[in-house]
Amino acid sequence: MIQDMLCAVLVILGTLFIVIAGIGILRMPDLFMRMSCTSKATTLGMGFIMAALAVRFPHLEIVTRALVITLFAFLTAPVAAHMIARAAYVSRVPLWKESVVDQLCNRYDRCTCTLESCPVVDDSMTGRFRDEPATEEPRRDEDAGV
Amino acid sequence: MSMFLLNIVYAIIWMIITGSFKPENFLGGFAIAYLILWLLHDAIGSHSTYFSKVRQTIGFVLFFLKELFKANIRVAADVLTIRHHMKPGVVAVPLDVNTDLEITILANLITLTPGTLSLDVSDDRKILYVHGMYMEDLGAFRKNIKEGFERRVMELLR
Repeated sequence: MIQDMLCAVLVILGTLFIVIAGIGILRMPDLFMRMSCTSKATTLGMGFIMAALAVRFPHLEIVTRALVITLFAFLTAPVAAHMIARAAYVSRVPLWKESVVDQLCNRYDRCTCTLESCPVVDDSMTGRFRDEPATEEPRRDEDAGV
Repeated sequence: MSMFLLNIVYAIIWMIITGSFKPENFLGGFAIAYLILWLLHDAIGSHSTYFSKVRQTIGFVLFFLKELFKANIRVAADVLTIRHHMKPGVVAVPLDVNTDLEITILANLITLTPGTLSLDVSDDRKILYVHGMYMEDLGAFRKNIKEGFERRVMELLR
């Protein structure tokens, strides 16, 4: 009885996170924020569903499998998200116009896409402010021949 | 490391004594052996870091789950309310960790917390570029990454 209720609560929590991630895809204004809210919420949701599975079938072989599935999802999802986001940044997908700061701006080499480190990182908000919507302004690598 | 091997050997001895070779019994024996070794490791003069590593690992997992839930709820609230409260931006975070493994783990953890996404590492491995959704205070954002995740990753792997 308690087992079933706990299982139901976990499944509902898991699906709730996945639904929110789905709504997030529709509502977030740019690709980077879509990536950062979807890939994780779905991973957490899947973790909840796997926990529900482990609660519902408390046998060692099922619990270990649920654990390993969760572990691999937590290992692989961020790598995929990171690669998509990096590819998007390199191919100049614009940031949202209300973005506050972009310290990666102009740091990629024009041809090789190698990335230099800035000599000094100052902790004040002196990056590249985007207070006014400067959407028309080319954001980086203006005349890159990539 | 030798403490860990000793722990496994004790667990196997436990399985032999109790005469049951099920995985559950191995886990039980492992837990009991861990407890005994933990009680005795001062007495036998061991300077192994095994026990502090186990404690740090558990602390790290708990800390990570806490951050995961906090950030997930914040992002969920932002997705579900009409107005956007985000202040997104890309920030350079200077790195103290320097091996491939440490940087990979740190970047993965940052990506796993909702609202932050690691974009790239500079070629000389000094700077990690992170996209974050809430940039009210860059200093606090950096501090959160450096003193929360990076310090714990360093503690764990060194």
